[in-house]
Amino acid sequence: MTHIPHNRWRPATTEPALVRWALIVLCLAMLAILLVAPLMVVFDEALRRGWAFALASLSEPDAQAAIRLTLLVAALTVPLNAVFGIAAAWAVTKFDWRGKAWVITLIDLPFSISPVVAGLLFVLMFGANSALGAWLVAQGFPIVFAVPGIVLATLFITFPFVARELIPVMLEQGRAEEEAALTLGASGWRTFLTVTLPNIRWALLYGVLLCNARAMGEFGAVAVVSGKIRGQTTTMPLMIEMFYNEYLSVAAFTMAGVLALLAFVTLTLKTALEWRYADQLAASHRH
Amino acid sequence: MNIDIEEIAKQFGTTAALHPVSLAIPSGTLVALLGPSGSGKTTLLRILGGLEFPSTGRVLFDGADATGLTVQDRRAGFVFQSYALFRHMNVFENIAYGLRARPSKTRPPGAEISRRVNKLLDLIRLPDIGARFPSQLSGGQRQRVALARALAIEPRMLLLDEPFGALDAKVRKELRQGLRDIHDATGLTTVFVTHDQEEAMELADLVVVMSGSGSGGRIEQIGKPEDIRARPNSDFVREFISA
Repeated sequence: MTHIPHNRWRPATTEPALVRWALIVLCLAMLAILLVAPLMVVFDEALRRGWAFALASLSEPDAQAAIRLTLLVAALTVPLNAVFGIAAAWAVTKFDWRGKAWVITLIDLPFSISPVVAGLLFVLMFGANSALGAWLVAQGFPIVFAVPGIVLATLFITFPFVARELIPVMLEQGRAEEEAALTLGASGWRTFLTVTLPNIRWALLYGVLLCNARAMGEFGAVAVVSGKIRGQTTTMPLMIEMFYNEYLSVAAFTMAGVLALLAFVTLTLKTALEWRYADQLAASHRH
Repeated sequence: MNIDIEEIAKQFGTTAALHPVSLAIPSGTLVALLGPSGSGKTTLLRILGGLEFPSTGRVLFDGADATGLTVQDRRAGFVFQSYALFRHMNVFENIAYGLRARPSKTRPPGAEISRRVNKLLDLIRLPDIGARFPSQLSGGQRQRVALARALAIEPRMLLLDEPFGALDAKVRKELRQGLRDIHDATGLTTVFVTHDQEEAMELADLVVVMSGSGSGGRIEQIGKPEDIRARPNSDFVREFISA
């Protein structure tokens, strides 16, 4: 009988210590180089000449206008895409119809198309060179190089987030609970409000948070349709680029810091909610 | 309530689920729809409950045409295969759901809803689980809660899709008796779907043996358990009930 040293035993799915350490170190190194270091640089640059200077750069009228515009665009696109996302996910998961597979593919289109191309599409459709665009301008309602264009481009870019979060959850949950509510006498609308919506609320929240982060951060598509008119059609990401190109690095990095902080708030909110409702989350996954 | 099924057929796209079938169910009977998968028994149950509509044929409730009646107006207590309890509501709210969903004119006041839910919890012999969530219940408890929820709307009939399918053998036997007791206590016309011939034969007053084929499910034989056992009318029935 051969003797097997005890300390060599390990579960079949566990790697040797060396591999485990290598993986952890690699992961942490990537995080440090790609995430933490750049963020530190952003805040370091922003505060290079002190808090007062940084805050003064934010209180400039153009900077204020950019912050207001970004918040406005997010406030318009996130609720709209939440509604569109729920509608699309409902249509795709709760009943069968022809062309469903096509629609699922189309929902992903904004992910696979370059944002710049998306922006150009809107310029071609609504720009002054198109019949529709010329007519809209004549009516005093220009879309391209104006706020409506920015909102449209952002809607397009952020459309998949909510739907993509909801579809797998709704597919997994199936239709039985809705059917049960209907047999108990509930109307379709009541079923949606009291059964469907509570069941998808976590996925919906994730989708909304992701959608919001992207809506505030979108650069490419917005850059094309906005025309970058200072104080009018310049969102925060565009303003950052303009400041940077004008060698106003404190202003550029301060605004970048604000944008990063908004993302932080979103992430913290998500984590806090996950932590607060951990038991409910677990329950809704387990059942 | 008497249920009459007249020449009901169902197509899903180009696939036939149900060949025209007819069946008369006398009021208060406990009926088993027995057959292998693909015999259309669940489709037939869902047509009775108003969750599917037949391609042709009619359904009569106490002689009145109910074919086009919406799922809400059928007032059929439906117990789903995996029970479909509302996972985000506790047991009490699950059972109260149908009462709360009523239009304000016919909705009982809060105290009355509580009284009725507690009475149903007593009926299913789980008086103390009102505050628990479905994920905290055993399979057998979930099934009984689903039954109580279906009974809460004061249904005109009880429809159950494989009510014992997800349970282990011991619990199955207990709950079989439980269903029989509830049926006898309420006197409701009850239809349940099963692929287990022993379950159908032991529990039901009337067994409907169904078979599947390319042209859709069809009814092979309708009869009391002892008659079907003594005189199966085809090789299919003989083989299926001896399985």
